[in-house]
Amino acid sequence: MNVWETILLGSIIVLALKVAGYLVPQSLVEKPAPSRITGLLTIALLSALVAVQTLGSGAQITFDARVPAVLVAAVLFALRVPFILVIIAAAATAALIRLLT
Amino acid sequence: MRERAAIRSSLAVGLAVSLYGVSFGALSVASGLDIWQTCVLSLFMFSGGSQFALIGVLASGGASAGFAAVAGAALLGTRNGLYAIRLSPIVGGPWWRKLLAAHLTVDETTAVATAQPTRASQRAGFWWTGVILYVGWNLTTLAGALIGNALGDVRAYGLDAAAAAAFLGLLWPRLKSLQPIVVAVAAAVVAALLTPSLPAGVPILIAALVAVVVGFFNWFGKREVA
Repeated sequence: MNVWETILLGSIIVLALKVAGYLVPQSLVEKPAPSRITGLLTIALLSALVAVQTLGSGAQITFDARVPAVLVAAVLFALRVPFILVIIAAAATAALIRLLT
Repeated sequence: MRERAAIRSSLAVGLAVSLYGVSFGALSVASGLDIWQTCVLSLFMFSGGSQFALIGVLASGGASAGFAAVAGAALLGTRNGLYAIRLSPIVGGPWWRKLLAAHLTVDETTAVATAQPTRASQRAGFWWTGVILYVGWNLTTLAGALIGNALGDVRAYGLDAAAAAAFLGLLWPRLKSLQPIVVAVAAAVVAALLTPSLPAGVPILIAALVAVVVGFFNWFGKREVA
């Protein structure tokens, strides 16, 4: 699959999931397990993406400038600094470390 | 009166969240997509988490990770389906209105709509947030893509670290009790451990199983407060 096909197939599936919600019976939302699993699914995927984006380098795990950058981001998020500023700070941390090493 | 309050929070949420689009646009270009592909993704997929997942998997695995990228986007999009069930009675109307509403069914529109006290203000909150967010998200995506494209070598500017930080930022507000924290830590460990031995994107999907297992048995969970 090339990038365009990936984009189009992904978009169709994401829209289909949204449409499906308008078609299924209302009672499904009252069941706790499906909504609990969906919420946790989001968390697991985001967390896995953090790990892979921070440590992954092709098929390898490496510790480079991204690790301190993400730690800086974690501290700033804990301090409730706005999203866009945290992203800039994380990028700047990694860029600075790479410049100096 | 209440409708005016709903529109006010639509503006606040819609404009604030639109700024994420700049990050998305820049990171998408950094992941190897071109400006057109980045903009089409925001126009057609219009679901921040799914879009970030798609470019994240493509960044680590290239075009050959396409199926894993689609699967990641789909899994992150499943919650939109649950939002849609809740929004269905709020939106109402003929099928074409529901189809339009479906495209705008995301975290932010659901949050604003369901926070309003009356049906009319819920409806106003949904549509206003949806339209502001859609226009804002797509304009800022384009801006971000142009910025990312102009920067060139993205690693020198730390944009790869910014991508990791962006996922952390989407994750952070959800870590409010023991169960999500356990799932987050376990999923990160599983994904990191499996990365050397499996094709790109697949470790992320396997890490998602942690959520299914923990959620199904409700381990580390509080008693349900419905």
